[in-house]
Amino acid sequence: MSDEHSSIHVPDRIHQVMVSHARHCYPEEACGLLAGDPDGRLTKAYPLTNLAQSSVNYVIDPAEHFGALRHAESKGWELVGVFHSHTHSPAYPSPTDVALAVEPDWLYVLVGMERMDSLSVRGYRIRDHRITEKTLSFDPTPRRNAT
Amino acid sequence: MTHTIRLPTLFRLHAGGDASVTARGATVGEAFSDLGKRYPGLARQLLDPDGSVPVFVNVFLNDEDIRYLEGLDTPISEPSEITILPSVAGG
Repeated sequence: MSDEHSSIHVPDRIHQVMVSHARHCYPEEACGLLAGDPDGRLTKAYPLTNLAQSSVNYVIDPAEHFGALRHAESKGWELVGVFHSHTHSPAYPSPTDVALAVEPDWLYVLVGMERMDSLSVRGYRIRDHRITEKTLSFDPTPRRNAT
Repeated sequence: MTHTIRLPTLFRLHAGGDASVTARGATVGEAFSDLGKRYPGLARQLLDPDGSVPVFVNVFLNDEDIRYLEGLDTPISEPSEITILPSVAGG
């Protein structure tokens, strides 16, 4: 996750987990964490519980966060990002996302659900309240960047 | 006894950039107090002015959330790992 200029590849299995979790949790926001290996590759998406049970906010269950951390470390990975859905707004960080962003090195992935037939998946860095989009690349399947 | 305190990225700037630091104490609160002597900026992140842990900070003693133990009064009977996790939230 350290290269600021290259795109970040999202393997299809990770894309599927994020999109499926977003659909499963709808109309509430879905959330989860992302693990990566030492080479900067995304390795796993952890679909987790949104304690806020809200269509406009999310709070990741801290116990599940800790469990994901332990699992990632057991594999030689680290937590490198978070994903969540926007059920009625674009896949772009909200003011709340920016205000509450706590990991400057993390990838913040948004799943936009404005169009249920074509979900949008986009990635960002949020540092010092500044948003920078990170280009995501997807496996060459019909599911690319949408379902 | 000495414990390892694992820090999230945002708190590391208060600890010289280190991902983990050590602290001594017979309870979690004592370990935080010991930490505060060397890293006062870090202590301000870990403790509210009233001495409680901020709601957006999660503290795990080994594998357990101290909220479900005795909070800062949770005794530590052997050298342990304390993991600090910020709440991950947004809208």
